[in-house]
Amino acid sequence: MTRAKPEDDEYWNSSKFKAFTFDDEDDEFSQLKESKRAVNSILVDEDEDDVERVSWSGEPVGSISWSVKETASSIRSGSEQSFPKIDTTPSLSKQGSGYSLSSLFKEKFRSLQDKLLLLDEAVAVYDGNVITAVSQILFRELMARDVALRHYVHYLKEMGEQKLLVELLKALGRTEDMALMHYKEHLNIKDEGRRRDFLKSCLSLPFSQDDATHVQDHYTLLERQIIIEASDKKADAEIFKKFPRKASILNMPIITTLYYSCFYHYGESEGTFSSPSNIRKTFRISEKQYILTALGARAKLKSWFDVDSLFNTKNWLGYTKKKSPIGFHRVVDILHKNSAPVQVLQEYVNLIDDPDLKLSGALKYKCHDVVINTYRDLKDRQQLIVYREKLERDSPEYRKIQELLNNVQIRWKN
Amino acid sequence: MAHTEWKDAPGLPDFSLLKRLARDQLIFLLEQLPGKKDLFIDADLMSPLDRIANVTILKQHEVDKLYKVELKPIFVLMFTDLVNADKVAGRFRRYKIIFTPQKFYACETVLEEQGVYGDVTTDEWNFYILPLDDDILSLELPEFFRDNFLEGDQRWVTTAGSALRLLQSVYGSFSKVYGIGRCAKMVYESWRELMEDGEQRTRQPEFAKVFLVDRDVDFVTPLCSQVVYEGLVDDLFRIKCGSVEFGPDVTSSDKSIKVMLNSQDKVFSEIRNEHFSNVFGFLSQKAKNLQTAYDKRRGMDIQQMKAFVADELKGLKQEHRLLSLHIGASESMMKKKTKQDFQELLKTEHSLLEGFEIRECITYIEEHINRQVSMIDSLRLLCLLSITENGLLSKDYRSLKAQYLQSYGIEHLLTFANLRQLGLLEEQQAGETLTVMESKVGKLVNDKTVGKLTDAFSSLAKKSNFRALSKRLALVPKSGEEYDLRVPRDMAYVFSGAYIPLSCKLIEQVLERDGWTGMEEVTRMLNGQEFAVTEARSKTDAQRIVLVMFLGGCTFSEISALRFLGKERGCRFIVVTTAITNSSRLLEALLDNSA
Repeated sequence: MTRAKPEDDEYWNSSKFKAFTFDDEDDEFSQLKESKRAVNSILVDEDEDDVERVSWSGEPVGSISWSVKETASSIRSGSEQSFPKIDTTPSLSKQGSGYSLSSLFKEKFRSLQDKLLLLDEAVAVYDGNVITAVSQILFRELMARDVALRHYVHYLKEMGEQKLLVELLKALGRTEDMALMHYKEHLNIKDEGRRRDFLKSCLSLPFSQDDATHVQDHYTLLERQIIIEASDKKADAEIFKKFPRKASILNMPIITTLYYSCFYHYGESEGTFSSPSNIRKTFRISEKQYILTALGARAKLKSWFDVDSLFNTKNWLGYTKKKSPIGFHRVVDILHKNSAPVQVLQEYVNLIDDPDLKLSGALKYKCHDVVINTYRDLKDRQQLIVYREKLERDSPEYRKIQELLNNVQIRWKN
Repeated sequence: MAHTEWKDAPGLPDFSLLKRLARDQLIFLLEQLPGKKDLFIDADLMSPLDRIANVTILKQHEVDKLYKVELKPIFVLMFTDLVNADKVAGRFRRYKIIFTPQKFYACETVLEEQGVYGDVTTDEWNFYILPLDDDILSLELPEFFRDNFLEGDQRWVTTAGSALRLLQSVYGSFSKVYGIGRCAKMVYESWRELMEDGEQRTRQPEFAKVFLVDRDVDFVTPLCSQVVYEGLVDDLFRIKCGSVEFGPDVTSSDKSIKVMLNSQDKVFSEIRNEHFSNVFGFLSQKAKNLQTAYDKRRGMDIQQMKAFVADELKGLKQEHRLLSLHIGASESMMKKKTKQDFQELLKTEHSLLEGFEIRECITYIEEHINRQVSMIDSLRLLCLLSITENGLLSKDYRSLKAQYLQSYGIEHLLTFANLRQLGLLEEQQAGETLTVMESKVGKLVNDKTVGKLTDAFSSLAKKSNFRALSKRLALVPKSGEEYDLRVPRDMAYVFSGAYIPLSCKLIEQVLERDGWTGMEEVTRMLNGQEFAVTEARSKTDAQRIVLVMFLGGCTFSEISALRFLGKERGCRFIVVTTAITNSSRLLEALLDNSA
């Protein structure tokens, strides 16, 4: 029999409810941890025969999913005829199909096209009567067809009838949809060389202006990635040996490619496809995007010097000062996630403009000096005393607080 | 705790009847092919099937081996291969394909085209409704959302209508039907048609009122982060068919465990609707009570111990187990959310809902995208921004889209096309821009035709003004006022007091007014399609149970809000949904970035 632990009793008696935030790690989270410990300390020695029987995979025994797994494993052991292999190419063979549904629709749409043509001509000559007459009928037809059309388009999509779908969209004058539909096909091409060539063929399609630029970028990106991949796969340089690549760069997004480049090819000249500066320029990456990405990569490598250079700018008098397009609290966050040492964190916490953010950052990342200085500037004696208790008795920070508290010249506000 | 059972709650209908009906029908179908059978089950059907007819029952009806199939919609190809493989091996078997909940034209066409139509018999298993809990019924049709709202394919309308007919035939006629949305209207009409074909029943109804609502009437609610316990579990762990899988970080062991989450779990039923901030306190208190109960043993003699072990111990152990599980889940949720700067994320969402400091929100979203935090979450925020602001400024749309594509992949321009079509993420129009043809025709034809022509030409997307709606319906409580989450005063508690779900607010208002009178302004902003029909009279108690049907999905936050509303109004809500949804599922259905 276990006894309730004395500290548990103390906890139960003293717990108080406070407004909840997800950042209150100290209070709510530890309260929960306490509950958990309390629960787990209760009678773990009883036998577990009443617990619901669960198989090794977590599925309740006797459920269908469990049964399916059992069947699957017995097949693998070779005792049963194995399940036939499936050819996963999505397009269906077209032999012998009457396309009854498709031909039916083709008929109807031919007449629709005729009517649209008629309407266009009438509009061109401002023939009001014709327009009225045609559009009344047209509206009815369109309404009916609108629904039917959608159904048919969906049917074609499901059946994987790509070519037919593209033709249909073209006939309906939905050129952008057609372009997108055609472009979508690239997802089915696994080989990167063929995919790149396919993307190139998409460049002439009637995309909207913006999308045309994006598709152009897509082609350029893949083309460059293929080149970079070919060269990096050989993994000659030192850095590849120290930090072996986890995956290929093919088909990764631009920002991921930039990160990769900042990681493995930092400082290379703009002339090479693999250099960060080249990628930045080619894909018109903003300063913010660039700095965030480069920061992540250099911080991962613990190149604090490189991180530093990212933020150094020279003002017009020639002095170096630190500037950032993203808030420094964000920078600190990223540095922390990459296990930057406290000295480095402290430096950037100091650069945070907003006093509240600065203080909370300092407290969160235990940048004692910044905390102490802030409280000193705020002339907040109480907080200094509270904070002192969190420090090691003989540490320089502890002593610093002592000195400040003993300083008679400071006019404390509390 | 605020939400334990209240004394005079109207009794809920027994929905296990629906399970039995479905099971009986399946057994009937299985027995059409007597003898030993191998059963191939569509992966999506596995969980629902498990709730209806478990392995024992299947085995009782000569089902031998069970296989899982993951290749919809090309399952027919697999089937063809199977038939051909058998032929080659000289194996003779009979084949039956059971379509559920119903067979579509396309299925037969494919069978025909593949030349196997003659080799197989086909059947329908009209398994329309799966009860997920005492007050939640699901059609388990996640594809409903995309098929209906994006593709404009109305194939599921009759399915939904059939589900209503099934409910009516088992539980009695509805006396009043309210609804809003194009699909709601179609479902209602489909149901009416089905009813006309069948016989009239005169049994007393168990629920009198039905409310049908389209998902696209309120896109804002499913896009918000959930903060009620069940919603959080769904957002973080994905509840499937009323059960969830908790990994080692929750179970504090090296094993995962799958648990049912419903009112049978006594701990869960008490915290499921609670705002997360109350959950810790509750679980701590329960743990304390549990300890006290266990401690009783210390003072007992043998007789008392025996009685204790016989009567109370099992219940306590059960409670202990559930408690550990939920504490573990809460811990895991806390860890994940703190890591993701959840607090800041919520702040941005609340600002968007309020219409406050929008520029800062845009900056936050931009950084979220630049840091590649999460593909779905970045998209979610963009959509929330677009809907609350009635579209993005052109320069913002293009810039954010470009950055999104750069961070997550250019193939997402396909996703953006889908979102634009649905009206979830679009550019602000500088006045309504009509095409040349429209404007020319407009001058020569009367207004009615022009209006209909514009509808015919425009996409399925609707224009709705969230800010005006929000003001008119008071969806966003005044900021600055303290909102006590421990004693919630309205449905806004499901979003920490920042926002009352629009869908639930509409339901509340319509029920109060017994119709749409006085809400003309609101319905106009929602593009009309509202209706209210009185079908028949009904006995008074049935008035206290209201069926709400969400077409396109419903979130746990909305369910919690309705449970709260029910308590306020002295009625019970039964939620029928085409599927349970959340922001991830909604957006994933619209992604087009993979083959």
